[in-house]
Parts: sequence; structure tokens; C-alpha cells
Amino acid sequence: MRFSKKGRRGVALTALAAATTLFAAGCSAGSLGSSSGEGSAGGTTITLLTGAQDTDVASAKAVIDAFQAANPNITVKHDTRPGGSEGDNLVKTRLSTGEMAEVFIYNNGSLLQAIKPEQNLTPLDDQPWVGQIDPLFAESSKGADGKIYGGPYGTAFGGGVLYNIPVYKKLNLQIPKSWDEFMKNNETIKNAGGIAPVEQTYGETWTSQLFVLGDYHNVEAQVPDFAQKYTAGQAKYATTPAALAGWQHIQQVNDAGYFNKDFASAELTDGVKAVATGTAAHYPQLGATAANVENVAPGKSNDVGFFALPGPDAATNGMTVWPGTSAMYIPKSVEGDKLEAAKKFIAFAATQQGCDAVATGSAPQGPFLSKACKLPADVSQVAKDTQGYFDSGKASPALEFKSPIKGPSLEQICIQVGTGQVDAKKGAELYDEDVKKQAQQLGLPGWE
Amino acid sequence: MSSTLGATETTTALAPVVPGTTRRVERKGTYPYWFYLPAAIIFVIFFLTPTVLSFYFSFTRWDLFTSTWIGLKNYETFFNEQALVIGLRNTLIYATMTSGLKVVIGMLLAVLLTSKIIARGYLRSVIFFPVLVSTVGVGLTFTVLMDPEDGLINTALGAVGITGPDWLTNPSLAIFSIALVDVWQGVGLATVIFIAGIVSIPSDYYEAAEVDGASRFYSFWNITLPLARPAIATVITLSLIGGLRSFDLIWTMTGGGPGFASDTIASVIYKQYQAGFYGLSTAGSVVLFLLVTVIIVPLTWWLNRGEADR
Repeated sequence: MRFSKKGRRGVALTALAAATTLFAAGCSAGSLGSSSGEGSAGGTTITLLTGAQDTDVASAKAVIDAFQAANPNITVKHDTRPGGSEGDNLVKTRLSTGEMAEVFIYNNGSLLQAIKPEQNLTPLDDQPWVGQIDPLFAESSKGADGKIYGGPYGTAFGGGVLYNIPVYKKLNLQIPKSWDEFMKNNETIKNAGGIAPVEQTYGETWTSQLFVLGDYHNVEAQVPDFAQKYTAGQAKYATTPAALAGWQHIQQVNDAGYFNKDFASAELTDGVKAVATGTAAHYPQLGATAANVENVAPGKSNDVGFFALPGPDAATNGMTVWPGTSAMYIPKSVEGDKLEAAKKFIAFAATQQGCDAVATGSAPQGPFLSKACKLPADVSQVAKDTQGYFDSGKASPALEFKSPIKGPSLEQICIQVGTGQVDAKKGAELYDEDVKKQAQQLGLPGWE
Repeated sequence: MSSTLGATETTTALAPVVPGTTRRVERKGTYPYWFYLPAAIIFVIFFLTPTVLSFYFSFTRWDLFTSTWIGLKNYETFFNEQALVIGLRNTLIYATMTSGLKVVIGMLLAVLLTSKIIARGYLRSVIFFPVLVSTVGVGLTFTVLMDPEDGLINTALGAVGITGPDWLTNPSLAIFSIALVDVWQGVGLATVIFIAGIVSIPSDYYEAAEVDGASRFYSFWNITLPLARPAIATVITLSLIGGLRSFDLIWTMTGGGPGFASDTIASVIYKQYQAGFYGLSTAGSVVLFLLVTVIIVPLTWWLNRGEADR
């Protein structure tokens, strides 16, 4: 991850927000002698911290506006943070110094474990929405003590391959159900000329991980207890053929020369644009990123479809899903009026009104996490394709929702394999070492 | 230094000669103890304590809340890390390359800028200007300029028929590209130090050499270079330390990538810190501290000894 411009804009915004708060506090003390002393309206002010992608910001603003309209005495300020490991670091640091925003959006699953929810967050078990959330989401938003810490925000989505529908129609291709079929399609696309079979965007490092992370449905189809053994330190990527396959796929695609020409420096938006406009046929990615299609290639939303990363066997084909990478959390340090306001805000986001607001900022790419919410009728093709896998029961959660361990260097190691610096086997071995460090840091048994 | 010594001698001379007290009087120094106190407090709180604590934490596995003593395991893990081998190699390449180029180019520029050329003062400020710019700014700018597809550098090269290399995305080239940017940014400081060194050489030497019929190159080789030796020693030491702990430019330009190809020890340490491996990254910092010491202490001693010999 590089210092993104957004990161520093985030700092500037924080400073600005801080300055504004001071200014507002100064005003109210001098004006009507409002006893609460918070905000010029005399109500409660809380801050919402979200990611800095355009869609994150748009969704957050929409939810805040809808919430403030319904709760005029609560003011919600918005703040952003960078993504990837830089964002992880910022969240950890702010939590430990007690300077976290009253409500913040962050991953659930294994990354949630790394911020020690039992110590740092407020449990939300008593909230009215708890009975309405998707069970997979609930499971991955719990701390080690079994309490729920995360409130639902937005939709679940899949990890698979975004593909360009016009290219598929033109070349008369079928959705591949197995890896061999996928590689055959790639060959046809390459021979047709002018279209990159597989888009990769190593300029934004986290985008490199999908071949490995999105293959987990296939791993579990072959080794049902992989997650359990992996957490206990008994199953490794390098020595489990089913798990090694994801790494081999990266190597095969690179060896065959199927990547786009600028794969080493391209970024996420370049990739989304390429697959939306048809300069690339496939882009292995999280389905959620398709929410950007309208921004980077207006009018192309229905040209992008989505299918699961194919494994060895067409019979077990299915999608690896992320039951919401974003949940909303309240740090333990929040008390009193602010805590009530924060809880109200999270509860609001779980209502149809809240879900609709999120959807206006970022087009939904899968089913909502709160069962109280229904998808709008005109959802994108990616959302429909994803929903199909959910409906037919061919969806399993990614490994990071079944095990607390995710090695922090996965993205760099995937790039090493994708740029041919190491082969698949070596890459998997390196990642196993990385996983070991994370497991030791988490203090898990069986890793010393 | 000499004035301090002089003062001590005076104190000793004036003090009543009582056997056994001379030492104490000598150690008392120029100022009363309370005068040292503010500096001492700052030093202990902000420099000594963190240093000692970091040695302790490098033997533990800690998150921001608790720590467990695990002995030498962090060091074991750190030395087994693949990124470390790459990082160590890159750090040495980067440090020697930037330091060497800064000395050579800086010296040539200094000779040019001490000669009688037009707009000398203006040219001197131009060469120093990049030093004043924020490294992060320089990094971001050059990332855009060095973009393999539509960056200005490769577009310009393409205009004259050369296919430019993938400056930052080719794993075997990335570290060298960053080193070149570092040289561009830092050579101004080296030049300024060299200019100061060259200007302080008395012109008599050059005049005498000219009378003896020495060529220009001969004067440079036998007068300028040896007499600018203290300046050279300063530049080598500063740029080598800068190179060994290089981080900001690398982080903004490649983040250590592609993969781990342009990682240095400092970026490896930072990534471990980001990942939450605080104990491991503290151990890495201790290793970096030792590495810098092992390289710089003998080097400084050698450079300064040479100076004393003359």
C-alpha cells in the first residue's frame, strides 16, 4: 500500500473536523449558555468513520442524511480512513489511544479478531436488530466471548470473476464451471486478439489476493475440515493440494501470458473500467467492486457479469462469499448520550430506510445483511448473479470468516507469484510462514 | 572543545592543590549541575527510556495491551524472513549506490559551481532546491513520472524512439530507480558541503601549483580532493546513514513492491508494525540499530584517522 492521496485527505478532514468541533464548542459556550455544550443545536454529536472509496463516502453521506432527518437532535459527522494494511494500522492505533470515532466501519471475520473486540468494543447483543441479521454475518461479527460486536451495514457479496458480457456473446463463450474450461475461454479470448483475457491490478496491492481467497469454496469442497485444521496449525497451503491450487492458478495465468499489459501498475478503478468496457474479459475481484462501474464507465452496469472462481470439478462449482466485510462497531470508550446516539445510528442502518440509503451511494452487489431489508428491483447483473449462488445454496463463506488467521503479507506474496519472482509452491510456503506469525501473535494454541 | 579544555585547566590551576580533590574539581565542568538538568531530563525521557524499553520489548510478543516474554524468538523469526534477505541486500545496494553517486556527482557539481560561471548563486540554489521539497512529495511525483505506460519519462523516451523500462514495476529494477530519485533529491546537500570544503582551501596552493606547471586535473587530484577530505568524510557518513535507514521514498514509490522486490530493512520493519507484529518489528529496529552502528562506527573512525594523519 502506498500513501494514498485519500489517506492524507483523511488526515486533513480529521484536522478540519477537530477544528470545527472546537469552534462549535466555543460558540455554544458563549451564545445561549446551552448546558450540553455539544454542537450548536444543543444535541449530541457523533462521528462515523468509513473507508475513503467514492462509494464508501457516498453511502455514508446518504445514511447520515437519512438518519439526521429522522433524528434532528443528533448530528453525525463523517470521517474517512485509508484501506488495506494502512487502514488496519490506523484503526488499531486509534482504538488503543482511545481516539476512535463513536461509530466506525471495519471488517468482520479474522480482521475483527485482530482488534480484540472483547477488550475494545461495546457488545451489541441487546440491540433490536440482532434477531434479523444474516446468520453467517452474525457468526463472523462475534468476539472470542461469543458476543455480537458488529452491526450490519450494506450487503453481502461474492469473490469471483467479473466478466464482460458483450465479449462473451461476441466470442460465443459459456460461463466456465471448471478451471480447465476457464483456461480454454482465456485461450479463445487471447486468440481473438485485442482483449486481455485476465485483468490484474498490482498497482493497488490488495486486489491481487482473489485467486487464493476466492478459491476457498473449492478448497472446502475437497477438504471439508480445512479451516479447522488450518487454525490448529495442522493443514498448510503448500502441502494441501486443494489449497495450493489457487497459487498454481496465478502462476498458470501469468505463464500463459493472459494478464493485461499494464498489470504491474494498474489500479482497482483501471481494472473495473477495463472489464466494464471490454478491454479485458475477466477480472478476478470482489463483487462489491462492481459498485464502481457506473463511476468509471457510465452506462456499462449491465455489461458486467459475475461467476465463481472455477475449481477442478464442475459438479461442486460454487461461490466463495463475504457475508459483509463491513460491520459497524462502537468502541468501548463511548459512554452516555453518545453511546445511545451511536446505537441508534447502527439500528437505523439495519432498517429498510437505512439500507436504501446505503444502496443509493453504492449499488448493492449481493443480498442485504439485515433481513429487514429488501433489494430494489433494478439491481445490477453482478447482484443478480451473486444472488443466484446464494439462492441455490452454492455459496460458502471465505476462509477469513471461518478462521481467525489471515496472514498480512498475502497480497505481496500473490504479486510475487504473479510477476514470476517465485513459483506457486514457494509462494504458498512463504504464505504459510506469514500465517504462522499471525497465529503466534494471536496466541493460538499449537503454533509455538 | 578547546575552549572547554582551556576553562578546565584554568579551574584546576586556581583550585587549592589538595591531594585527592583535583579529579573532582576537574569533573565538575564548566557549568553548575542544575544547568544540565533540563537537557538531561529531556534526554532520559525521550531518548534513553525508549531505547532501553525497545530492547526489552524486542524480547516479547506484545500487542498494544499486553506483552509476553518469548526470549530470542523474535530475532529467530526476523532472521528467517525471506523479505529480510531481500531487504538486507537492497539496503546495502541502496546505501552504497546513493552514497557513492552523491559523492561523485556532488563533487563534480561543486567544482562546477565554484568556478567562474554566470549566475553562480542562482545555479547553487537550483541544485539545493530538491533538498527542501518533502520526500513524500518527491516520491509521489516521480511515481507518476515513472509510470511505465503514460509516465512523462517513458513518453519522452518514446518520442526519441527508445522504449523506456518499467522503472518501478520491474522487480529487478525498482530499487535502482528509487535510488536514482534519492540521488536527485539529496545531491544538493552533498554539493553544498563540498562547495564549503573547496572554498575553504587557500588559493595559494593553486597558485603555487600553477607556477610549478601543474595541469588543471593535477591540481584537482592533488590539491582539491585531499584538502576537501573532511567534507568528503561528512558526505559519506551522512548519506550512508541516510541510505541505511531509507524508508519514506521507497514507501511512497513502491511500498516495497512489486512483491518484496524493493523492500529495505526499514520497510520490512514498518510492514511488521502495520501487521500488528509489534515485538517482531521492535526486534527488527534493534537489528537495524546494530547494523548502522557496525557499519558507521568503524567507517567514521577510519575516515577521521586518515584526517588526523595528515
